Amino acid sequence: MAQAVAVAKPPAPPRRRRASATPRRLPYLLIAPAALLMLGFIAYPVISVFYYSLQNYNPTKPWRNGYAGFDNFVHAFTDDPIFWDTLTFSAKWVFVEVGLQLMFGLALALIVNQTFVGRSLGRALVFSPWAVSGVLTSAIWVLLYNSQTGITRYLADMGIGTYGTSWLSDTSTVFSAAIVADLWRGVPFFAILILADLQSVSKDLYEAAEVDGASRFKQFWHITLPHLKDAIVLSTLLRAVWEFNNVDLLYTLTGGGPAGETTTLPLYIANTSVDAHNFGYASALTTVAFVILLFCSVIYLRLSKFGSESK
Amino acid sequence: MITKEATEAAPTPVSVPTEAEHRPRKGKYRAWDDAPRWQIYLPLSIYLVFTLIPFYWILLFALRPAGSTSLVPWPITFEHFEKVWTERSFATYFQNSLLVGVATLLMTTLVALAGGYALARFDFKVKRAFMLALLCSQFVPGALLLVPLFEIFAELQMINSLTSVIIAETVFQLPLSMILISNFIKNVPYTLEEAAWVDGCNRFTAFRIVVLPLLRPGLIAVGSFAFVHSWNHFLFALMFLNNQSKQTIPVGLNTLMSADSVDLGALAAGGIIAAVPVVLVFAFIQKWLITGFSAGAVKG
Repeated sequence: MAQAVAVAKPPAPPRRRRASATPRRLPYLLIAPAALLMLGFIAYPVISVFYYSLQNYNPTKPWRNGYAGFDNFVHAFTDDPIFWDTLTFSAKWVFVEVGLQLMFGLALALIVNQTFVGRSLGRALVFSPWAVSGVLTSAIWVLLYNSQTGITRYLADMGIGTYGTSWLSDTSTVFSAAIVADLWRGVPFFAILILADLQSVSKDLYEAAEVDGASRFKQFWHITLPHLKDAIVLSTLLRAVWEFNNVDLLYTLTGGGPAGETTTLPLYIANTSVDAHNFGYASALTTVAFVILLFCSVIYLRLSKFGSESK
Repeated sequence: MITKEATEAAPTPVSVPTEAEHRPRKGKYRAWDDAPRWQIYLPLSIYLVFTLIPFYWILLFALRPAGSTSLVPWPITFEHFEKVWTERSFATYFQNSLLVGVATLLMTTLVALAGGYALARFDFKVKRAFMLALLCSQFVPGALLLVPLFEIFAELQMINSLTSVIIAETVFQLPLSMILISNFIKNVPYTLEEAAWVDGCNRFTAFRIVVLPLLRPGLIAVGSFAFVHSWNHFLFALMFLNNQSKQTIPVGLNTLMSADSVDLGALAAGGIIAAVPVVLVFAFIQKWLITGFSAGAVKG
């Protein structure tokens, strides 16, 4: 990976051309639209979230608005069991989803990287759910899990499960049901990224290993996996952040229910701000979520020694 | 195949000569190519069943008459499509989604192209800081910024206007698109541009004539992602658009789903309407998907 970056560097210091072809301010003009958009609609909202986290701010109760110090944070950590419940659920959700997606995605990528008859059709079909939106995924799985006409009915015909159960409204099944629905869409993401990285494994390495009599498993363990390491670290991290933040699927599939069983922290924040209009408290929770994400990302990159092995 | 089975059947003493026999075809790479066929087709088929049954299920519900429990969509009916398109205003949603998708595509591509060019071709003072900001923004969750974003758009009188959604989608698409595009541009040799200057082109013309055609695959990939992402995205439209005539397809689907008694046929038909443009786009960019990613994203 280090190599690729080195190769991709611009070939010559462009400054020598400046006098003839380039006014000095051109690069700034070029990044200006992007910079302005990001300042206005990412940086400014982030700062205002930090600001509101220290305020009592509720448009429906204006008489209480004002500086609150760290009250919101204290309340979250000491006095709000829902915060802890949703945080725990978020952690569980991210961990299980990313773990399973990586496992299946890696296996799928290795399989469709082989040469076999029907490979391109196989790839297209396997990757297809990736393009499907969270809401559409929910719609599809609502149809599948429906108690009268869903797949559960036909499974019950075959003796798996019982009639009349809706997997999404039963607290004992809703977690697995939501996990499977999200896996259906999430596995192809990993498969695509890993497949892309598999294209750059040097074939000489396998030949050498073959000559030395290494088994296919050993080749996978000592050649393929180390090569994929950086891609795996990066994609699991991006995916974990994405799974943590993404609310489309759970919002539409379970609405956080039944009985708050599948409410993630971001869902709770959305409810707090949109339904309860408690913007100050929601901002404090958002700040906590930021810090947790940042902290976990740094720890993860450290522990995995991202980019440390030069290849 | 036969040698492989023989190896498995008779382990220790025989396996050594068979192994030797088993890797002839000198010089040809085969380590991962010689997996027994069943090890490919069996897991692939199982996974395909998991992938395809949900697609079949939604087709089934969309095409069979309401109340039918048949496992084949026969007799085929299009009543659900007609109903969802007219009565449930999916015609309006479709137009709105299309507008949001195309506008996001154009804005993202243009802004990212300008910024990506600056990042690829110049060294300037704030470049490192700007790159860092791009990377950090990947960790900023749009969902958690709903309230401040809502307030900004309220201030700008953009609530209930598709402009708000277009801006929000563009902003969150920009960082990754810009990084990708700047990597694509770096892959085009700078000397090509310099040669065009020598021939009398100014920087812009040189870029347009020499670089832009070479960027086509990359731009198609970036543009398609921007389109599909904004077509699929739900939360911004849900929050910033209150008026039913302004809403987009994902919001429409959510409305169908959260009704007291869900009309499954209409939901399925609506879902298929939601999927059609995305399927078309991906059929179109399939061949650039893998190469585009290996050129841009992962290697970044």
